[in-house]
Order: sequence, then C-alpha cells, then structure tokens
Amino acid sequence: MPSGQPLHHDNGRISVRHLCVDYHGVVAVHDASLHLDAGSICALVGMNGAGKSTLFKALMGFVRPSAGSIAINGLPLSQARRARAVAYVPQTESVDWNFPVNVHEVVMMGRYGAMNLLRIPRPLDREAVQEALERVDLWPLRHRQIGALSGGQRKRAFLARALAQGASVMLLDEPFNGVDIRTEKLMIELFEQFRREGRTLMIATHDLSHVTGFCDQVVLINKTVLAYGETASVFTSENLALTFGGLRLEASPAAATDPDPQTP
Amino acid sequence: MSTLLTWLVEPLQQEFMVRALLVSMLVSCVCGLLSCYMTLKGWALMGDAVSHAVMPGVVIAYALNLPFAVGAFVFGVGSVALIGYIKQMTRIKEDTVIGLVFTGFFALGLTLISKVRSSIDLSHILFGNVLGISSSDILQTVLISLLVLTVLVVLRKDLLLFCFDPTHARSIGLHTGVLHYLLLSMLSLAAVAGLQTVGIILVVAMLVTPGATAYLLTDRFDRMVWLSILSAVLSSVAGIYWSYWMDASTAGCIVMVQTLLFLLCFLLAPRHGLLAQRRRSPRASRFPSA
Repeated sequence: MPSGQPLHHDNGRISVRHLCVDYHGVVAVHDASLHLDAGSICALVGMNGAGKSTLFKALMGFVRPSAGSIAINGLPLSQARRARAVAYVPQTESVDWNFPVNVHEVVMMGRYGAMNLLRIPRPLDREAVQEALERVDLWPLRHRQIGALSGGQRKRAFLARALAQGASVMLLDEPFNGVDIRTEKLMIELFEQFRREGRTLMIATHDLSHVTGFCDQVVLINKTVLAYGETASVFTSENLALTFGGLRLEASPAAATDPDPQTP
Repeated sequence: MSTLLTWLVEPLQQEFMVRALLVSMLVSCVCGLLSCYMTLKGWALMGDAVSHAVMPGVVIAYALNLPFAVGAFVFGVGSVALIGYIKQMTRIKEDTVIGLVFTGFFALGLTLISKVRSSIDLSHILFGNVLGISSSDILQTVLISLLVLTVLVVLRKDLLLFCFDPTHARSIGLHTGVLHYLLLSMLSLAAVAGLQTVGIILVVAMLVTPGATAYLLTDRFDRMVWLSILSAVLSSVAGIYWSYWMDASTAGCIVMVQTLLFLLCFLLAPRHGLLAQRRRSPRASRFPSA
C-alpha cells in the first residue's frame, strides 16, 4: 500500500482489493478483488469451501485480512461497520426458531447498534421497525413468536431486520434454501425493490438458475475471485468450469467438470 | 387454618431460619435470572463445570483466610478460559474438554481439602450450609448477588441478542467476545452465590432448572425471566420449610421442589406441556420431535 491513508478506493458500494484471508496459515481466500456499484443484486457463486463464507466474514469485519483492503460506500470497513452499513441475513437453518422472541423484537434487534446502552427503543427506532415490518407484510403478525411463522414469513422477518438496520449492503446466505416457488417470487420482488432503492445485495447461492433470473452481477469464487461483473459477460461456461472444476482450463480442460449435474 | 399458620410462622422465630430464607431468596433471584440465559444458550454443562471447578478456589481461600468468593471466582473463570484454550488448540470436542477440565479441578479441590487441615467442612462445600451461614459469608453473597443482578439487568438485551444471533450481534458492532466472557464470569459468580445455598453438587440445578421450567410456560423472554425467578424463589422457600419440618437436607429439599415444579410444568404447561401436546395431536405427541 502506498500510504497509511484510509482507502477511499472509489465511490462503489463494495470494493475489495487484493484481499487475502488465512486461518492459522491455511489460505481461505487469496488475492481476491471485486467491485460492485450501488443498486445491484449480485450472486456469489462457488462450491462449498470455495471461500463464500470467508468473504462474507471479511465483509462484516469478522476476520482480519492478511493482505488487501475492503471499502464499503467509499469508507474503510471499520467506519462502514460503525455506520451499520452491512447487514447479514442468516440461513434459516442456523436460527433457533424456538427462541422466546416475537417478530417485532427480532426486527428491533436490527436497531440495537444505534440505541443507548440499555437498548431502550426511541420513537425513531419504533418507526423504523414498523416501516420495515409493513414493507414485508408482517406488521399484523408482529406479536407472533418467530417459530409460529411460516417458512416464507420467517425469511421476510430477517429481511425486515436488515431493513430496520438501515443497511445499504445486505449479505444473504442461501436465502432460497427450502423455499417454495411462491415465497421465492415474493422474495425476488423485495430484492428488486431493494435494488431500486440503491441497496446492494450479495446472495451466496449454489443454485445457478437464480443467477440469470434476477442477479445483474455475478462473483465467481474459488479460493479467489475468478471473475466478477455483469451476469451476461461473466456467466460463461468457461468461467463456470473454472469455478466448479477447481482446475485451470489451460492445465487440463478435460478434467474441468460441467456444472450441470448430469454426471453421477 | 391455625395449624398452617403455626407451620409457617414457627420456623421464623429462629434467627438462622430467617437468615437462610432471605439469603436463599436473593440467591434464587440471581440464579433464576441467569438460568434463562443458560437454558437458551445451552450452557448447562458449562454451569456444571464452573460450579465444580470453583472448589479448589474455595479451599485455598479458606486456608489463606481470603474471602471465599475471590478464590472461587479465580478458579471459575480460570476453568472457563482453560476450556476455551484447550478447545481452540486441539481437535478435542467441547463436551469432552469440559468434562476433563472440571473433574480435574474438582479432584484438585478434594485433594487440597484432605491435606489442608482447616475449619472447612467438606460436606458444607459439597452440599451447602445455608442454615449455618456466617455473617461474613452473607455479606459476600449479597455483594455478589447485587453485582450479577446489575450486570444482567443492564445488559439483558445485548445478552439476549448474543444468545439468539451472535453473528448479527457482531455485525452491528456488539463486542460478542466481551459478552461471552462476561456471561461466563456472571456464571462463575452466581455459582459461588448458589454454592452457599445448595452446595457445589446441586448448584447446577439452580442455574438450569428454573429457566427450563419457565421456558415451558411462555414464548416471551420477559415473562420467562419473571417466571424463572418466581419458581426459583418459591422452590427455595418451600424447600427450606420442608427441610425444617422433615429435618432433611436443605439442598436436597430445595432442588427436589425445583424438580417437582419442572415436572408439573412438563405435564401441564398450557402450550408446551405433554398433555397440551397430546391434546393437539394425539398420535404424534407420543414421540415428540425435537
């Protein structure tokens, strides 16, 4: 790095430069760079262990990069985190649905970072929560214990939390796992609304059919960012072979497996 | 009617009974509140570990004439740190590490107590001695209780979020590492307070049963806290009376009442009780799913 100045790369929403992350000497992500503009939906595609969750952790500031830098909204990550710019929407499987909290309380948790130490909601916080719940059509169900929600409602509750947080970047971990077609359509509509508002969504997914459907950007990852950019130009069979084969095409093109799961 | 009144009032003419009741009620409030977090976080085994691991600390503190709480706290937090360290540095699973560390500490305590001849009575540490509690012990217990209650009340929402969704907590800037060790420190302190009432062996009941009982009764955390405290206090008072009239072990009676309350809720709780489940789906409930 040329100087100790904060890294104002540019005014992009997410800007990752030459990011390296390793755990106790084992490389998880190496020399990854990507750039996403405000108002985009980006699919993060890669195999298990390709570094999707490491990239998410890095974007949330959970892991310290061994090299490289991350900027969100043109700010260094630490400042962006303080502004609560990044929201994480967990996989449904990782939530304890028996937990004794109701929908309103869960969405209010999105506001905690902005409240005082006792986390007593101000009128401003209540308004933000109400607005978020109304947008995902859960306001009438706000007093329900979270486990009493249907699958689609559960997903929407956590989207409402990210909204209430006021995040401009949303990281979604496998949001379509175990979701029926109707819910999926509803969620995609919401995602497209978020995009129009200038938010940037990054969606970790295995399912390639979503990518061409509504994601305008794609990041292909396999221990590093293999390619990123507009879906039409990045989502090529060559790139996918790289992503899922884990082998360099020029080294052994025949060994690169097709992502289409026809082979047994 | 009058016999019931005598039954209730007569023990109160004994000063040691009044002291035992007051101390136990305070300790029950602390343990009742904390047990909600233990239940939701799934830290029962950790509670068991910490309560056993404080033993050498208590013995050393008594031998050196230090406040027992100091020794207990050092070993409680030390055991937790050691568990975390071994887990991180090896591939051994957490429950194994917990079992390994707390029995090691407990064995150290037993060995020490048999070699360090002092006024300590092993059975008082193991099974509590609330009826014979000394004034200095009461003072320590009150101070510990107030400290734990204050921390838990001030940070209740952060701790709840930490139990529910630590990833989100961290992403909005909460210091989850601090919350983790703070909750474990409070666990150590509550174990020390509870040890006065029911002793090392049964203190884990104080740290788990009231929260579990309350969890069967409600889906709201606020209510769970109050129900947990209520059941803990009720159990302590009823248990102490029971032990007075039956001339039975106080610790045993308190935990027995707690367990009975739990069983009652397990059967009769309005939504999560066995009977309610069976009413809802007669066949499915025979093998209730997790």
